Amino acid sequence: MEKLSFTMKASTAAAGTRARAIVGVVASGNLEVLLERDLPANVCVVDIATAVHGFAAVWAAVIDDFVMRRSAGGLHISINDGGARPDMVSLRLAQGVRLIEELEA
Amino acid sequence: MRNWSTQKEALALRRYAGQRYACGKSVALDDLPRFLEAVLRPGDRVCLEGDNQKQAHILAKALANLDPGKVHDLHMVQSGVVLSEHLDVFEKGVAKRLDFSYSGPQSTRIARMLFGGKIELGAVHTYLELFARYFIDLTPQVALIAAVSADRDGNLYTGPNTEDTPTVVEATSFKSGLVVAQVAEIVDKVPRVDIPGDLVHFVVDAKKPFYVEPLFTRDPAAITETQILTAMLAIKGLYAPYGVRRLNHGIGFNTAAIELLLPTYGEKLGLKGKICTHFALNPHPTLIPAIEAGWVEQIHSFGSEVGMDNYLSARSDIFFTGPDGSLRSNRAYCQVAGLYACDMFIGSTLQIDLQGHSSTVTTNRIAGFGGAPNMGSDSRGRRHPSEPWLKAGADADPDAAAGLRRGRKLVVQIGETFGEKNVPLFVERLDALELADKLDLDLAPVMIYGDDVSHIITEDGIANLLLCRDNDEREQAIRGVAGYTDVGRARDRKMVERLRARGVIRRPEDLGIDPLDADRRMLAARSIKDLMLASGGLYQPPSRFRNW
Repeated sequence: MEKLSFTMKASTAAAGTRARAIVGVVASGNLEVLLERDLPANVCVVDIATAVHGFAAVWAAVIDDFVMRRSAGGLHISINDGGARPDMVSLRLAQGVRLIEELEA
Repeated sequence: MRNWSTQKEALALRRYAGQRYACGKSVALDDLPRFLEAVLRPGDRVCLEGDNQKQAHILAKALANLDPGKVHDLHMVQSGVVLSEHLDVFEKGVAKRLDFSYSGPQSTRIARMLFGGKIELGAVHTYLELFARYFIDLTPQVALIAAVSADRDGNLYTGPNTEDTPTVVEATSFKSGLVVAQVAEIVDKVPRVDIPGDLVHFVVDAKKPFYVEPLFTRDPAAITETQILTAMLAIKGLYAPYGVRRLNHGIGFNTAAIELLLPTYGEKLGLKGKICTHFALNPHPTLIPAIEAGWVEQIHSFGSEVGMDNYLSARSDIFFTGPDGSLRSNRAYCQVAGLYACDMFIGSTLQIDLQGHSSTVTTNRIAGFGGAPNMGSDSRGRRHPSEPWLKAGADADPDAAAGLRRGRKLVVQIGETFGEKNVPLFVERLDALELADKLDLDLAPVMIYGDDVSHIITEDGIANLLLCRDNDEREQAIRGVAGYTDVGRARDRKMVERLRARGVIRRPEDLGIDPLDADRRMLAARSIKDLMLASGGLYQPPSRFRNW
């Protein structure tokens, strides 16, 4: 298990008021993403636990683009990765933000 | 005085030798080994029928069990190296030299045997290319073929999986070669005559059907959201603007996703009747929902597909069928159709380099080519116009006089930037080059040459290589859709943005596609069972695909 952590400056805060959201499942080729809204609005922290070693540079690039493209400010994101491909990681992160921005039912 | 009939005389001798073990044309299964030893000569050029689908597996088994003291040094000229027996003949010394096209299931073992010098390799061909050589310099002296049934005169019914048989028999029998067929049964009257009996010299009653691999069945349950996203990009960003009606699909999950999005996403975009009306294509089960929804007008097939036969018989307006009602496939004709009468080929691959060359060879695996290079190449002999062909030609050469400007086929590589086990699709250098060095080959086994590729689609977007004006642009267009691979991360961001502004690269957002909309609920069928239901129960999936 490799652990990585990224603390990023976020230009826009995630909308909505929901406190937390979970998307995905921990399975081979997939990942679970937990988003918690408990940080200052201009910060995003991503903690990663991954089963696959040696992809730190790829993770850095994926997280970089994610924070640039999506409104991730204020979110503390924990990723439990079962060896997902970068495209799946990007998709789950985007789905997570969409979910935490939804109105609470 | 020269004897001009040596081949006819040799055939007469083979037939005479074989007749000892035959009753009329019929050879009993028990006599097959002795029969083969009687008709084969050391050094013979032999076509053992087998491709990526059907296999003359009883004849293959018998050949692999022959005594190499009696039969040796055969030169095998065959489409597919698929069964273990196809390589056992080399292991045992029955055969020595090999010319072939496809070796998917044996890709690891064939690589090992080539490295070990067990096989003397002629060349790895495309199907059409190998068929062509059957008529020029690789004509078989003996063909061992497979059919469904035979009558007592040797007339053969090859059924829905006719595939290569007519081509192999044409080349062998009319050039004084010997034709031996394995059949599942001998009948009084065959349902239709696929191969006339006077071209067939001996028939072996194998008592069971020839083996067929369900190679073109893709389980919708395994299609990922990213594959759906690439399919949406293809439909909205390529099929729609070029108006692609005549095409061929590869066998990957990305193209299966396209097929399953036609009745849903395609319908929503108002594309019915405007795209995907005519195919050169095997009967993909994943196309059933689109056919049932009235999208497809006509399909010609290389072969059949396990479980699809009843559905095909019941849809003769769409498929080519015989007077008996069952499908008639023909690999050679369908390859020609794909090469000359289709405006697009779209398929997956394992490696793409910075020039757009693509290859399915990796250092330890030689999978061969099959048909992709024929489908996936610009046909320089084409002369008839069509909207997509002319438009692609104009993309590539906008300044040429329209009346003298060649059109271009759309040759599209589609895939995710990372494949299984996070192996990158994009590489600086193809493994095929290393393989060519190791085996001392004149040519690296490249599946589709970069100059034939018109577009590359990944989840990152579409790169239109026709619009690139020099090698630098081409390289950056490829890097620009290579995602987070090393090749992608090494892109020149400014140049990529310039290419995007010119429409050379189009991102999902440039096409109005939100990746979050790529949802499995959009698939017209989400399981094999859905496909069966969509066919009204006519599609009967093979057991390995049934989980209910």
